[in-house]
Amino acid sequence: MEATTPVDARTLREANAFLCLECGKCTSSCVVARYNRSYSPRRLISQALGGGRLPTANELSICLTCMACDERCPSGVHFVDLIRELRRATYGAEFAGNCSHGGAMQSLMKLMTADELNQERLGWVTEDLKITDQGEVAFFAGCAPYFDAFFTELEVDTLAGVKGAVKMLNALGLEPVLAPDERCCGHDLLWGGDVANFERLARKNVELLKARGVKAVIFNCPECYYTFKADYAKVVGTLPFKVKHISEVVAERAGELNFVDDEGEKVTFQDPCRLARFAGVVEAPRQVLAAAGVELAEMARSGKGAVCCAGNGWLNCDRFSKEVQLERLREARATGAATLVTACPKCEIHLRCAMNDPNLGDEIKMEMRDLTSAVASRLNGESKEVKASSTEEK
Amino acid sequence: MTPPKGKSAAAEAETKAPAKKAKARKKGAATASAKATAQKAPPARRARAKKAASAQGTRRVEKPAREGFIPRIVVFACNWCSYAGADTAGVSRIQYSPHFRIIRVMCSGRVHPAFILRAFELGADGVLVSGCHFGDCHYIFGNERAVEQFEKTKALLKILGVEEGRIRLEWISAAEGVKFARVIDEFVEQVRALGPSKLAPPERELPQKAEAFADVAALAK
Ligand code: SF4
Ligand code: SF4
Ligand code: FES
Repeated sequence: MEATTPVDARTLREANAFLCLECGKCTSSCVVARYNRSYSPRRLISQALGGGRLPTANELSICLTCMACDERCPSGVHFVDLIRELRRATYGAEFAGNCSHGGAMQSLMKLMTADELNQERLGWVTEDLKITDQGEVAFFAGCAPYFDAFFTELEVDTLAGVKGAVKMLNALGLEPVLAPDERCCGHDLLWGGDVANFERLARKNVELLKARGVKAVIFNCPECYYTFKADYAKVVGTLPFKVKHISEVVAERAGELNFVDDEGEKVTFQDPCRLARFAGVVEAPRQVLAAAGVELAEMARSGKGAVCCAGNGWLNCDRFSKEVQLERLREARATGAATLVTACPKCEIHLRCAMNDPNLGDEIKMEMRDLTSAVASRLNGESKEVKASSTEEK
Repeated sequence: MTPPKGKSAAAEAETKAPAKKAKARKKGAATASAKATAQKAPPARRARAKKAASAQGTRRVEKPAREGFIPRIVVFACNWCSYAGADTAGVSRIQYSPHFRIIRVMCSGRVHPAFILRAFELGADGVLVSGCHFGDCHYIFGNERAVEQFEKTKALLKILGVEEGRIRLEWISAAEGVKFARVIDEFVEQVRALGPSKLAPPERELPQKAEAFADVAALAK
């Protein structure tokens, strides 16, 4: 099915599409194109320019929006922006995504746009974590509680990362505001073309954080972080607070932290697309690992060249996604590290899912941990300190 | 679709107790047309219908507590037992609440959390999932899968802050028309007591049928 919604020259110009040299670097750096022979970003661009044939709804959902192509393009073409704009322009008509998980995630996000919500989001906050209700520094937990409830058969523990982040903040002497009425950041709605609902979520989140007197928001999930940083401003104007990723906060103040001395295990690190390529945060997670005494064995492709977990914002999951994941896991295994550290709940979910392939068994199995939980577990005596002060408070 | 069954059964009730007609009038739009038929029916036919109804042990449904709120309820019923159970309820002319929309699925195990969440997203006030009794599932363990999926949905809705009473899982066999009617009545009352779902979009924003399924239609193209 051809996408018929007219996309004017402006859209193409804004994505710098006219600058394309047809060099094909995008296609050769695209992990999807390596397996899916009918998919090629270069061809999609030249077809859009030449004959006016726009990517079909299916092609629009196939792209992971991982930005690996933009990273390599010598001409500065923003292919990802073009995909996002086309999804927005054709949303509801041609394009709906091949929503994975039956569209459950999309429904959850849309349900969170309701004005009155009595969420029980903070069920995971244990006694030893110090949080507050009003204050200057907030922690945006993201949808990890929902993920853990939904992906029970994968046995993921995305909340471990969120808990680890709060532990790190506590260790830095911060008691973050955790909003029980926090909504999904709307990242996947935005990238899935549903801009109206994304804007609703954006306004709600900014309002509720503002109402708590927040001056800075710290994130664990890179998607929430990048969405607040880059896309919320387009909806609400300048954000009334600063945003930072937890790895940046910890890297800056790592000197104040006390880690255990013993030799840490050897790990490898999966850079999330939204953190490394989109937000440009490459060094901070590595500094945090180094500060905690964790030895890092880099994968062949890392940092801005890292391979996406093929998660794709719950829009599509096909056999090519699986191939991408297997390729990435084999690369991780080749480092000789025992543990794969990720910084995004979705990397954890998708790579864990691929690991469960019964035909491949141990060939691709690895321990997996979130960056913050791996680092927090190496804090020296933190649990004792926090416990002591929390009893004081009572 | 099954809901009209409730309606025709309502007509029976009207004929059964003409004296209570005034009271029953409050029941609202759902029985309005039924009432018209009842009033027009000649006495002989009325008596016949009354006899038939009592012979089958038809129950009279309680009058709704409040008139204002009519809950929007979605029922997922499996093809082999529960949907047939609804048919049994209709064929036996049991009167029960008409405030639900039934969706037939091949097996209750098909009811993924996405279905239930989608129902709430499109404005449902309650969702009932119904399948065969354990051991009766026509796909052997489909209803065991249904339990897993339902538990997952329950956990998600709990975080979302949706009252637990808005969803229900039931096993109803093809022979249990009476149970089907009872479960529907109970559930409608339960949801009515909870009031409108806070997650439902405002009425004016509710998509029309064509709109709501545009994405499905797009996929089918
Ligand atoms: S964004 Fe990623 S998946 Fe999409 S075309 Fe570029 S490299 Fe391929
Ligand atoms: S890498 Fe850039 S210039 Fe080369 S074909 Fe792709 S979009 Fe065109
Ligand atoms: S066929 Fe009825 S529950 Fe499976």
